[in-house]
Amino acid sequence: MPVPPSHVLIFSLLLFSIGMLGVLTRRNAIIILMSIELMMNAANINFIAFSRQLNNLTGQVFGVFTIAVAAGEVAIGLAVVLALYRNRDTIYVDEVHVMKG
Amino acid sequence: MSASAVVFYVLASIAVLSAAMVIWSRYPVHSALYLVLTFLSVAGIYVLFEAEFVAAVQVLVYAGGIMVLFLFVILLVNLKDTLGPRVRLHATFSSVIGAAVVGLILYVYSKGRVPGTSAASSVLREGGNLQVIGAALYREYLLPFEIASVLLLVAMIGTIILARQKT
Repeated sequence: MPVPPSHVLIFSLLLFSIGMLGVLTRRNAIIILMSIELMMNAANINFIAFSRQLNNLTGQVFGVFTIAVAAGEVAIGLAVVLALYRNRDTIYVDEVHVMKG
Repeated sequence: MSASAVVFYVLASIAVLSAAMVIWSRYPVHSALYLVLTFLSVAGIYVLFEAEFVAAVQVLVYAGGIMVLFLFVILLVNLKDTLGPRVRLHATFSSVIGAAVVGLILYVYSKGRVPGTSAASSVLREGGNLQVIGAALYREYLLPFEIASVLLLVAMIGTIILARQKT
């Protein structure tokens, strides 16, 4: 591979950190879901890169499974956001603190 | 530096910059469009790594399906005011955690060695990426594949129950 694997790792690290920053700092639940998608994508990049690096197909198969799980997770998450908006008229997570200890 | 390396760095910087814009932009619709850009450049990187099937799935499922879902919900949830990132509130907390994670991973990288590159890929001899992945999915990974379909079914039922209008 012409690209050194460490650079791929640093790239996915940057993507994961940006996603984590979004989860920690944003209060809009939709943006938080998008940040989670960014983090899953960063993990997927590692799977694909090492599948190529180690000449092993398992990484790519696992990547397909990750994408399927991400699709299900987004569907459920957005349904929760919709239910939240219907019941509480907000999607800002710091305004929903009834179950906070 | 070879051509594919240049393509990788260009795509990687586009992905990182647009991912930062997903977090930074004030309006959820802008975030969604930047997220599409991120997904597309990641798909380009998958093509570069000879994972064409995963790249196609990425474009179809992420840039197609998931993005439409996001945009629908953004349109349904019609918020009048849009609050920006509350960076000021959690700035120190978030930057300490982020710096710690980046530092930890860079430290581990400086200590260890990444496994060396292997021989040339034998994928092309076996009939291309799609055929190889299809064979692996339906032979070796048949049970996980079926479990994934059950998972998607459960997600579908759960979504319908959660998003149903109470009558």
